Amino acid sequence: MSATTETLVDFDEVLTRYEPALGLEVHVELSTATKMFCGCSTAFGAEPNTQVCPTCLGLPGSMPAVNRGGVEAAIRIGLALNCEIAEWCRFARKNYFYPDMPKNFQTSQYDEPIAFEGYMDVEVDGETFRVGIERAHMEEDTGKSTHVGTTGRIQGADYSLVDYNRAGIPLIEIVTKPITGAGAKAPEVARAYVQQLRELIVALGVSEARMDQGNLRADVNLSLAPIGAEKLGTRTETKNVNSFRSVERAVRFEMSRHAGILDAGGSILQETRHFHEDSGITTSGREKSDAEDYRYFPEPDLVPVAPSREWVEELRGTLPENPTAKRARLQAEWGFTDLEMRDTVGAGALGLVEETIALGSAPQAARKWWLGELARRANDTGAEISELGVSPADVAAVQKLVDAGTLNDKLARQVFDGLLAGEGTPDEIIAARGLGIVSDDGALSAAVDKAIEANPDVAQKIRDGKVAAAGALIGSVMKEMRGQADAGKVRELILAKLT
Amino acid sequence: MPDITRDEVAHLAALSRIDLSDAELDHMAPQLSVILDAVASITGVVGDDVPATSHPLPLTNVFREDVVTPSLTAEQALSGAPEVEEQRFAVPRILGEEA
Repeated sequence: MSATTETLVDFDEVLTRYEPALGLEVHVELSTATKMFCGCSTAFGAEPNTQVCPTCLGLPGSMPAVNRGGVEAAIRIGLALNCEIAEWCRFARKNYFYPDMPKNFQTSQYDEPIAFEGYMDVEVDGETFRVGIERAHMEEDTGKSTHVGTTGRIQGADYSLVDYNRAGIPLIEIVTKPITGAGAKAPEVARAYVQQLRELIVALGVSEARMDQGNLRADVNLSLAPIGAEKLGTRTETKNVNSFRSVERAVRFEMSRHAGILDAGGSILQETRHFHEDSGITTSGREKSDAEDYRYFPEPDLVPVAPSREWVEELRGTLPENPTAKRARLQAEWGFTDLEMRDTVGAGALGLVEETIALGSAPQAARKWWLGELARRANDTGAEISELGVSPADVAAVQKLVDAGTLNDKLARQVFDGLLAGEGTPDEIIAARGLGIVSDDGALSAAVDKAIEANPDVAQKIRDGKVAAAGALIGSVMKEMRGQADAGKVRELILAKLT
Repeated sequence: MPDITRDEVAHLAALSRIDLSDAELDHMAPQLSVILDAVASITGVVGDDVPATSHPLPLTNVFREDVVTPSLTAEQALSGAPEVEEQRFAVPRILGEEA
């Protein structure tokens, strides 16, 4: 990676002169059992080249056959994004040479997407932005390349190894219209869009939608135009943006970089950029040139898809609750304040909190752990809260132990330490670390006696009726018990002995 | 009828990864024009009321159920590969031609 020699303009300063326009392209890898055009399994983690057949290897004479499940998922995604569903559309071949695409074309859709003209309302800090959806179309994934060489990256590789298990897995590409008017909030709007789109995809149950596993991939288009200008500026397309946080950072960086070029009287090169997670910068990728003349034409081996209106309405009936309405309902059910709800959504923890509550935790307890504890830790390490390795089932299990008096909050935090370190289930961690509240009354009683003996003046105050002084003794007992005692019970014991 | 220019042939050759010499480019351009002319003659017999057709069969919605069918074994899949390493297809460096 070459060092950046570009002039970056301070973000706030960019906004004094330019208006950003965003565009987001999100690829969703569907969780159908089979590939889009053949019956090979899509199961993750199989041995290389064991889920391939003549069709997805592009061997001569093979013929594709469309997966009904893929079409249904595409229609449901389109409907959930308030799109119109095409009455008739075709697949098209997008021709290019690249070793991860064995057919030398990708079966995609061109000017007849299955879904088009929709929108999604995105909330940022309590403000709603309506993001227009240009289209959602069906296509297929490529194989997975491993680059062999000193750099381990595609640049400077000596040669590459390709596994085609992923080739042909159904993808839905969702493209927004240009998003303008977000101004200073453009980075947050971009992040919130991808985050809420993911929630929607998960609610639809059509994909695992894990960004870290590449089930959900975002390309970020950005351009700047002088404030008041009618025409959009030249855009760049940033790829390799693999987390919600990176979406926000990529927008921020490109805004600063574009402004530096435009301020100096330069012009933006329309190109693909690569985002670097470690440094938060983008570097130039392939230039858009005539090498990307895809010569699309209708796929002659597949007949058109013409979803009947009855089928579309049937699928509409399977849609989950609209996310905005759902948020309002959950907030009322949980008794969260606007601020608590906003923080929960903003941290990407809505679904996690919801699942935890569904598993039996009180709403405020679920919120406390996810927002008070786990969101902070995710932030510390720059990870997504959903990717910490702590599940709603874990949090619900910990809270159940707190409710039962087996753990207090302090011990519960140590269980989370163990969960984050991958030490096993809450029960295993409690056993291995020797956590858990001591319920042995003898041990507790002895610790209380010891505390009273060590603090005669405090004990006397309590005997004189100053019950509030018990706090000092409780602290001393808790220290003795290494935190593994129920503070309420300790208090009862102290008062029983002294009053 | 459209004449294919020499530049267009060069562009198509580049897209198709076919290395053509100057002499071959000069030779191909008129040949491709002749082929296109021949195909274009069909426009003379269809009226404005005939839409462009991408498929000869009047069928739509031919689907396969989402049920797994057997794949090839890795040995079968890789049997035609010129180079194999770690049960994967070994291919020449990818960005070489753009570097």
